[in-house]
Amino acid sequence: MMKKIAIALVGLMAFGGVTQVAQAAGDYPIKKPRKVDWSFSGPLGTYDKAQLQRGFQVYKEVCAACHSMNLVAFRNFKDLGYSDAQIEALASEYEVAAAPNSEGEVLMRPAQATDYWPNPYANAQEAAYINNGAVPPDFSKLAMARAVERGFPNFVFDIFTQYSASGPDYIYSLLTGYGQEPKPEYADIDPALSYNPYFIAGPALAMAQPLYDDFVEYTDGSPMTVDQYAQDVTAFMKWAAEPTLPQRKAMGFVVIIFLSIFAVLLYMAKRKVFANVKH
Amino acid sequence: MSAPSSDPNRSTLEHHGHYEPTTGVGKWVDERLPLPRLVYDSFVAYPVPRNLNYFYTFGGILMLMLVCQILTGVFLAMHYVASVDYAFNSVEAIMRDVNYGWLIRYIHMNGASFFFLAVFIHMARGLYYGSYKAPREILWMLGVVILLLMMATAFMGYVLPWGQMSFWGAKVITGFFSAFPVIGVGLQEWLLGGYNVGQDTLNRFYSLHYLLPFMIAGVVILHVWALHVTGQTNPTGVEVKSKQDTLPFTPYATIKDAFALVVFFVVFAYFIFYLPNYLGHPDNYIPADPLKTPAHIVPEWYFLPFYAILRAITFDIGPIDSKLGGVLAMFASIIVLFFLPWLDTSKVRSTNYRPMYKVFFWIFVVNAVFLGWLGSRPAEGIYTPLTQISTFYYFAHFLIVLPILGLVETPKARPQSITEAVLGSAKASGGATATPVGATAAPEKKG
Repeated sequence: MMKKIAIALVGLMAFGGVTQVAQAAGDYPIKKPRKVDWSFSGPLGTYDKAQLQRGFQVYKEVCAACHSMNLVAFRNFKDLGYSDAQIEALASEYEVAAAPNSEGEVLMRPAQATDYWPNPYANAQEAAYINNGAVPPDFSKLAMARAVERGFPNFVFDIFTQYSASGPDYIYSLLTGYGQEPKPEYADIDPALSYNPYFIAGPALAMAQPLYDDFVEYTDGSPMTVDQYAQDVTAFMKWAAEPTLPQRKAMGFVVIIFLSIFAVLLYMAKRKVFANVKH
Repeated sequence: MSAPSSDPNRSTLEHHGHYEPTTGVGKWVDERLPLPRLVYDSFVAYPVPRNLNYFYTFGGILMLMLVCQILTGVFLAMHYVASVDYAFNSVEAIMRDVNYGWLIRYIHMNGASFFFLAVFIHMARGLYYGSYKAPREILWMLGVVILLLMMATAFMGYVLPWGQMSFWGAKVITGFFSAFPVIGVGLQEWLLGGYNVGQDTLNRFYSLHYLLPFMIAGVVILHVWALHVTGQTNPTGVEVKSKQDTLPFTPYATIKDAFALVVFFVVFAYFIFYLPNYLGHPDNYIPADPLKTPAHIVPEWYFLPFYAILRAITFDIGPIDSKLGGVLAMFASIIVLFFLPWLDTSKVRSTNYRPMYKVFFWIFVVNAVFLGWLGSRPAEGIYTPLTQISTFYYFAHFLIVLPILGLVETPKARPQSITEAVLGSAKASGGATATPVGATAAPEKKG
């Protein structure tokens, strides 16, 4: 609990303001995102449940202090491999507003599996006020709502390599991109902002470095490094953004095989039909 | 070549076989509402030129795409909430909680792109084989009407998820209407239902997005009707002259269309299942925020060439300021297509026999793609003059190149008939009346 408060305080102090740096677009990010070999990439990609659980742990213990995740309900954590009992136990650790009672008072009650992840702030105004004007973005779609432009000819190759992880790669790179010395031309950045060469909209952003080695206690023996934390929480964010990805890829594999065989059969039928017809 | 109407040998659309109801019920229906007869005559016995290539399968593919969009759209509408507060979350609920909702939405979302991909190929086919020339002017113009309706439908559909690009795209596009003098601001407010993009805009866009596809379906019926009156063109550009030139729609065109359709759907499925957001924009997964303008407001890829033309006019032309000039240029880029049948002075249909136009056709295609790329770039630096040159060429192709080319170009020798083109000589067709006397005297003479 102390750790949670400490992290929240670090976050609060670090939020220097809105991350609007008036620079010509296209100059940022300073560095292109680093690519990660995600388990959910490729035609048969799927989520690694152990990784999602670790990522959830990082979110819960670090990110959730500031970042909401409004579109994810406790029941959705079944995807991560938790049982109904575990989900109910987890939900009961949180409180949500109950329906008004017979006297019209709105009291708090323990959350249930059907409730959505509670927002750390009462409203956007409170979030902005506490964070010096910058609302920490909601986590629900973030992994799909950010991407660094791929540029020509990469965007052509991406069709054939099925590269669609520019969001997760960007988030991973950002989370691991802190702590570097700014280049001389960026030396005069607002001291309330943190330099990060991977940030998409300027040389520095309002969010201070959120992850440090040994910050979150893993129990499965995974390395407790910033790199591992960043990968895990990013995978978790990708799941939060698109929980149906594994079904999509699994079905796609079957659909495309089916359609390909169907196409071959139709081609053979077409050859047969046109066999004695000049065309 | 003489005008088709005065050509006595032009016995096109001679059907292969006739509908004969065999059952009592069939006869009973046929005497009262001959719908099965209509279907039979249109899709079974209907004669198609025997030399159609795969570019001619896109009409059928487009019909299926329209059906696909309407069907998925109907199911999406059962779950979508047209409210500025709930639209974004209702789309997310479709993606997360509705059974196969993610599939239906990804089909619909990518379906729009593939609809446009198919329509662009279909139009390029028309440009290459002169499908807009007499007697198919109305057929072509109906196609342009369909394109306009598709663009309106797609634009309004993109607004519905109420993401950042939805909102700001709507704001930018409707903002252009304010460029018109006197009526502009009133027109914009009338379109929006208010002073800004808001709940009233979303409601009416939703209503129109549901209405317009059925209007498209209506115009498609007219388009197909016009097609079945004149018959299809074919790669030789020579009209159908005898029954030997054609094959019955079923099984020949049916099986070929089916094969092409399934191949098209393999590519479509690849995007739906593996790259569902490749053609979209990540900013549209951020809920609309009227106070935060995205760094780049970019339309969907199929609008990019027109968007580039819109931004090309950065200077005032007399009383027309640059904003109005851009809007007029963008509309003109579509309107010019209506006049294409009369701008092209060449009587030769198929580009295969037009050596000079063939070069200009491909320059036009490359230029159109280049315009699209420029539309995705910020309107600054070198991109602005490049866009202006490219826009100039787009219009020059229709207004200068096509009228002059028809007068100066010497076409290559064309075959007497489709049968001759396919079989090498009229004799090889088994002595059939493949080459009616005087059909095309001296085809190599320029039209």
